[in-house]
Amino acid sequence: MRVLVCVKRVPAPGAKINITADGLAIDTAYLAFTTSPHEECAVEEAVRLVEQHGGEATVLTLGPAEADEQLRYAASLGVAKAVLLPIVGADWDPQRTAAAIATAIAELESADGPFDIILFGNESADSGGFQVGVRVARSLGRPIVNGIKGIEVVGDGTVRARRESEVGLEVYALPTPVVLGVKEGINLPRYPTLKGRLGSKKIEVGQIVPDVAAGGQRMVTLLPAAEQVGATTILGHGPDAAAAVVDLLEELGVL
Amino acid sequence: MIRPNHTYRGYSMSEVGNQTIPATAKVVIIGAGIVGNCLVGHLARLGWTDMVMIDKGPLPNPGGSTGHASNFIFPTDHNKEMAFLTIDSQNQYIDAGLNNTCGGIEVAREPQRMEEFKRRMTSAKAWGIDARLVTPAEIKEMVPFINEDILLGGYYTPSVSVVDSLATGTKMREEAVAAGALQVFANTEVQGLETIDTPGGPQISAVLTDRGRIEAEHVVIACGVWSPRIARMAGANIPLTPAVHQMADVGPIDILQESNKELAYPIIRDMDTFCYERQSSGSMEVGSYAHRPILMRPDDIPSNSASALTPTELPLTYDDFDPQMEQAIELMEMLGDAEIRYAINGLLSLTPDANPVLGETVEVRNLWSAAAVWIKEGPGIAQLVAEWMTYGYPHMCDPHGSDISRFYPHEKTEWHINARCNEHFNKTYGIVHPREQWASQRGIRRSPFYAREEALGAVFFDARGWERPQWFESNAKLMEKYPEATKARTHEWDARWWSPITNAEHLQMRASVGMVDLTAFNEFDFEGPGALGFLQYMTVNSVDVAVGRSVYTPLLTPHGGFRGDLTIQRLGTDHFRVITGAFDGGRDNYWFRKYMPTDGSVTFTDRSQGLCTVGVWGPNAAATMAKIVTDSTTAAYDLSLTGFPYGAVRDVLIDGVPATMFRISYVGENGWEIYTQMEHGLKVWDAIMSAGEPFEIIPVGIGVYAVTGRIEKGYRLMGAELESEYNPVEAGINRPKVKSADFLGKAAYLAAREESPAAIMCTLSMDSQRCADGYDRFPTGGNEPILTLAGDRILDAKGRVSRVTTAGAGPSVGKYLLLAYLPPEHAVEGTKLQMMYMNENYPVTVERAGATPLFDPTDARMKS
Repeated sequence: MRVLVCVKRVPAPGAKINITADGLAIDTAYLAFTTSPHEECAVEEAVRLVEQHGGEATVLTLGPAEADEQLRYAASLGVAKAVLLPIVGADWDPQRTAAAIATAIAELESADGPFDIILFGNESADSGGFQVGVRVARSLGRPIVNGIKGIEVVGDGTVRARRESEVGLEVYALPTPVVLGVKEGINLPRYPTLKGRLGSKKIEVGQIVPDVAAGGQRMVTLLPAAEQVGATTILGHGPDAAAAVVDLLEELGVL
Repeated sequence: MIRPNHTYRGYSMSEVGNQTIPATAKVVIIGAGIVGNCLVGHLARLGWTDMVMIDKGPLPNPGGSTGHASNFIFPTDHNKEMAFLTIDSQNQYIDAGLNNTCGGIEVAREPQRMEEFKRRMTSAKAWGIDARLVTPAEIKEMVPFINEDILLGGYYTPSVSVVDSLATGTKMREEAVAAGALQVFANTEVQGLETIDTPGGPQISAVLTDRGRIEAEHVVIACGVWSPRIARMAGANIPLTPAVHQMADVGPIDILQESNKELAYPIIRDMDTFCYERQSSGSMEVGSYAHRPILMRPDDIPSNSASALTPTELPLTYDDFDPQMEQAIELMEMLGDAEIRYAINGLLSLTPDANPVLGETVEVRNLWSAAAVWIKEGPGIAQLVAEWMTYGYPHMCDPHGSDISRFYPHEKTEWHINARCNEHFNKTYGIVHPREQWASQRGIRRSPFYAREEALGAVFFDARGWERPQWFESNAKLMEKYPEATKARTHEWDARWWSPITNAEHLQMRASVGMVDLTAFNEFDFEGPGALGFLQYMTVNSVDVAVGRSVYTPLLTPHGGFRGDLTIQRLGTDHFRVITGAFDGGRDNYWFRKYMPTDGSVTFTDRSQGLCTVGVWGPNAAATMAKIVTDSTTAAYDLSLTGFPYGAVRDVLIDGVPATMFRISYVGENGWEIYTQMEHGLKVWDAIMSAGEPFEIIPVGIGVYAVTGRIEKGYRLMGAELESEYNPVEAGINRPKVKSADFLGKAAYLAAREESPAAIMCTLSMDSQRCADGYDRFPTGGNEPILTLAGDRILDAKGRVSRVTTAGAGPSVGKYLLLAYLPPEHAVEGTKLQMMYMNENYPVTVERAGATPLFDPTDARMKS
């Protein structure tokens, strides 16, 4: 089985995100970078699929040269091959990104054969456009389902994919090759081991330089989100607080 | 990937409520890390009240270095001050019930590390630490998952422990709150410090915070990596830099999980890879001091809100850590399959000389620094600073290696801090020789003699920026003249940063004449009608001597221990010049200015930058100088001992150049310290060298001045023999009478004179230097313990250990000499004892008890 997982380098969450003075970028002075959480799960799923069914997983990203870090991180978890679509500048909207990735996939497949399963994260953690996976699938002429929380290879070129809906579970049977948008919660991603980390330094990262026209979308400015103000209510001190705590717990329906 | 794995304990609502910040306080302590917390506890115990503590972060972990510390304590340290404070701190953690003893093993991969372990055994013996050397098989028995095949052996300390620094700090802080002595304000950021101008200089007056202004008599900066930034708000300088220490928590690991303990196995320090592996329940914490030094600026540390974890837990830069991972897996294969759960570039504080920065800032009165302190010494240092603030000087131990006033201005620049920290970071686990020299920031202070010295093959050692010749290669030819005294040392360690040429220079000086560059001296002038009274108050011995005379005197702490020792020349009725050494110049400068009258009756001028000094000593010193010294009338100067007696100070011309000659000696020979303006220096040097030619004058290095010449005369050195834990009676330098004037430490000094001393400074000699491998050893003088014949260490009635304070050859007495304090029962001439060096015991004999020198006991060579 050949599995491809597509990831994006995004700022690590947890800290206040500052915006540069020109309003066009995030101030990265103190930021670490990571892979979008949905995509971390996609990487984990790719590794598990290969562990269960044999074959090989490949990770692909479109991003700056520094995105090498995210590719090697996936490699440290068990992904065998990595491909970088290097870009410069921020002018990469979902349309252009998808076109570049679809072109790269076609090139990879023409060399080594088709990927049975291509995994995306449901959406990226920074821009959250929900578009790239769908556009790539459309461009490749393959079926896609988003919001996937379970993948099962049933054989005979069929994959069963599961997602939650408001009324229950939706289960899809899909023919391979197939594209799936994976959602956080499908699995609990592993951490890299020391050996995995050291091994990832040695893999060769392939490069496919994208050559596609700009898309139709342009960023005007970034605005910081309104700060969420948290209020702390002190219910009391020592044993005197007991009654108020009980009232609150009842109000919350915990008791 | 970074993910927090911290759980916070000891949360106390009373400390994060919305109380109003008070308008005034006796003292404001900024920073609620291990030091600030323990400090408020100790201040409360010493009776301080009306204290306010603030921190910009939340409690109990405001986000400084304490919050991410690995929290383990290896008690062995070669440095007495740090060893004492570490052991004291560990005892405080034990008293708090927050010390988890697990043992620790430092392991060796390289042969020189095994030598270092012998040295550690020696320090352990001195400080009373239970420790033993272990074989690879014994290590394996204690740590079954270690790869003993790559190890040569280990140094095992059963008392190594992991402490809970957050909980200990919380406990101390809450003790002060419970005593009604302290109010605590978390989430309160300092925005400024206010000072007022006083006749004695700027003095701290208020702290501005985002919750209001607090007027305060004292302010303590215990802000760890942020300390320089806070100090700068008041115009003060705390010289340290934030630096990265990388660590990762890896797991789960079956064997650790199965232990069902937080700490079932000893902590491993993989000394030769500068790494440690410390169990943390089911996982292993791997930390490193091997990566490239990564320094930051305090202003570049992110705020609490801009930090994913805390401001001092930055994302791990993996490329720096990868080589250490490989070495860790080599030592413990199981680590390879463990997952990296938590990995940080943790920030900690580094200083130019790797010691803490403690005491009142030299720029602003009542503004205190308690910074650059690690977990292992935190509670002890907190007590030390509390004593300092309470009594004017600490009682528990001499702080002089950590004293903030030790720094000269050039040592407080970011340039210097970064250069030295870049140099010593990778020596954190390194093997550092007691005589080891800095490689960075050299050549920045040079005497006018430098060019001549360089041409003579001087090997320069650093003396707080000054380049001083330790010995001269040009004197190598003298080794043929003195073959017996200039034998090579067999062991590389004993010969490192040393040359047998020193012994040849010593003997040649004693045989004829030598000259020593002493430009690194500090000269402080005190002038005015109040100068005499002021200096009388500062000194033990009376400075009310005739004009043109001088006095040697200790300076005492308020409790009667040594704070300094120096000579003072009386140049006029109201004009005195203090001469002190390079290593204590900063501290002495601060100490005088701290006590100086503010009524304008005394002026202080630091002449150190303008004057150079050369010492000329030996039996032919007078004959040499007689050829070139005149008075202003060109008449030959009477240099006889009657015309120019010992201790006299005279203005003369040397080859026509104005100079001041001071008849004194630190090497036990007739001669002078000669002071002149820097611009005259070279002329004076050349004149002396030329005049001494018929006597085969040689340049002599500091190896003679500070060690061989000094030790033969038993002269005490500040920071070695003279420390605040000892008094002049014990050092044997008290005079028969006490001056009537009051002086600092007088009451304690009088009391010390009444009681019999608990220890007496002695000169000892080695009866044999032969080691078990059949060659002679030469102790470096790094706190080697003096032992009884039964091999027990010796403690005096005040609990102080007898240890070597200085060691060195005595070429003129043909013995290898040691200085050490001994209790009276051992301080008897002829007593046989032992001394441990590199974990071997050597027989020694007490040669002198008290100040009488071994060489020329009547000082006939100097004074007759």
